[in-house]
Amino acid sequence: MTPAEIRDEILDILSEIAPDEDLSDLEDAKSFREQMELDSMDFLDIVMELRKRHRVQIPEDEYTNLASMASTVSYLEPKMREIVKA
Amino acid sequence: MSNTDYDTIIIGAGMSGLAAGIRLAHYDQRVCVLEKHYTIGGLNSFYRVNGRNYDVGLHAMTNFTEKGAKKGPLARLLKQLRFRWDDFQLAPQAGSAVAFPNIQLNFNNDIQFLRSEIACHFPSQIDRFDRLLSELIEYDDLKQDDFEISTRKVLGEIFSEPLLIEMLLCPLMWYGNARQHDMDYGQFCIMFRSIFLEGFARPFKGVRLILKNLVRRFRELGGTLRLRSGVERIDVDGEHAMGVTLEDGTQLTAKRILSSAGVVETMRMCSNSSKVDVERTGELTFIESISVLDCQPKDAGFDKTIVFFNESDKFNWSQPESDLCDVRTGVLCSPNNYLYSQEAGELEAGFIRQTSIAHFGRWMALDERAYRQQKMRWYDLSTESATRFVPDFRRHVIDTDVFTPKTIRRFTSHDNGAVYGATKKQLDGTTHLDNLYLCGTDQGFVGIVGAIVSGISMANQHCLRSDL
Repeated sequence: MTPAEIRDEILDILSEIAPDEDLSDLEDAKSFREQMELDSMDFLDIVMELRKRHRVQIPEDEYTNLASMASTVSYLEPKMREIVKA
Repeated sequence: MSNTDYDTIIIGAGMSGLAAGIRLAHYDQRVCVLEKHYTIGGLNSFYRVNGRNYDVGLHAMTNFTEKGAKKGPLARLLKQLRFRWDDFQLAPQAGSAVAFPNIQLNFNNDIQFLRSEIACHFPSQIDRFDRLLSELIEYDDLKQDDFEISTRKVLGEIFSEPLLIEMLLCPLMWYGNARQHDMDYGQFCIMFRSIFLEGFARPFKGVRLILKNLVRRFRELGGTLRLRSGVERIDVDGEHAMGVTLEDGTQLTAKRILSSAGVVETMRMCSNSSKVDVERTGELTFIESISVLDCQPKDAGFDKTIVFFNESDKFNWSQPESDLCDVRTGVLCSPNNYLYSQEAGELEAGFIRQTSIAHFGRWMALDERAYRQQKMRWYDLSTESATRFVPDFRRHVIDTDVFTPKTIRRFTSHDNGAVYGATKKQLDGTTHLDNLYLCGTDQGFVGIVGAIVSGISMANQHCLRSDL
């Protein structure tokens, strides 16, 4: 997956978790917590969705990399590079 | 794999069990929800008599927050279960009241309204009320150590008007206090937040809509629901649960078990449990007297969503000392009096439901004939007591139904028909077995939203993390 495809995938996960949320003006550099008020349960859900969909494993002490869209995409890029977008 | 082996077995198809089931099935677990009764919902079930739909538990959904709210238990459960706010079609309350002799405090889903009522009736207490509010906002719920502090003691230190303390405790105890007389401060904080800071709402179609959504989702995700499947025992090997044996002899195995049957009830199921701590069993149970009116309740003068009344200045929260019921206090609720949308319109029939405190043992001891007679008798006594505090609606009544602790027992299988579960809560959901966990009422959360959140958080903590 390219960084753009990974970004789309994260957006898809976020829209599944929070279907009432308007994600069109999400700012990549700003934290999810600040913009969407995601809590620790939500971050766990993002991790679990990635595992369910792509078998990507994220150790608990690396969850902090998922703070914003920009940090998430750069963190996941090496892990998801080989995955072919379905 | 055979269909007798699961990742997780969940005992009880109430709100918490179904919510946990959805979480686990969503993450591809093989999940089986076992329900003893022939229908789902537990305390929050529904039934149909004489062509009319009745809810069992639901007066109101507490923890209401408006669409778009990002915080609070309702927002959390929507995200965790992947529902939209609109899926539950929640309509907010019209307005409620706490009625004591010669004084009534009105409230709605805006805490400022209650605050203004207190400022008006108890001007000397308003600064103290503000202090309570600021303490509540800081309170971090669900720490077992602080949870069991006496609420009466805390409030006694804040307020100098005993009547206000009683009036604040009345609705909060009515909607979620398993203990008699006093309340755990943790429980008080949960209830205060869910009722006064968030608020009441109801789906136009009642609890059916919520259950239908949960079951449909659970089934779509591949979950198995077995009705009429009471658990005879949890099969235990050492400190580990191997699975369950059903009442019909069927054996099922699982990596873990999540039980919403209640802490005492679950311990009793364990094949090796030598002593069951029955002291913890709750004793508060109720009768519900339902009146069907020939008009909308507001046209009979009853325009409140919920009225909590108490006939003296001291609120007495304990099981009846000598009779089948204690009707000195009660709750009246009309499912008609919610602000439903234009499209939904009004409910067809007018309903007023009234809850009174009852004694489980005395109701269970009645023979069939006495049981029927007592239902009628206590319907009359409870409505007579209530109409001292609300307009007398009795001449509009065209049909009645009463359900009792016996009914509650049938739907929930809880000891004593206890509605709010055990007196001592097990907040982290752990048990003496390393793969048996609790969810539901005995976890400190109450109400529909609380039960669902309990199922979600126990599924997350105990049944999903171990797979990571």
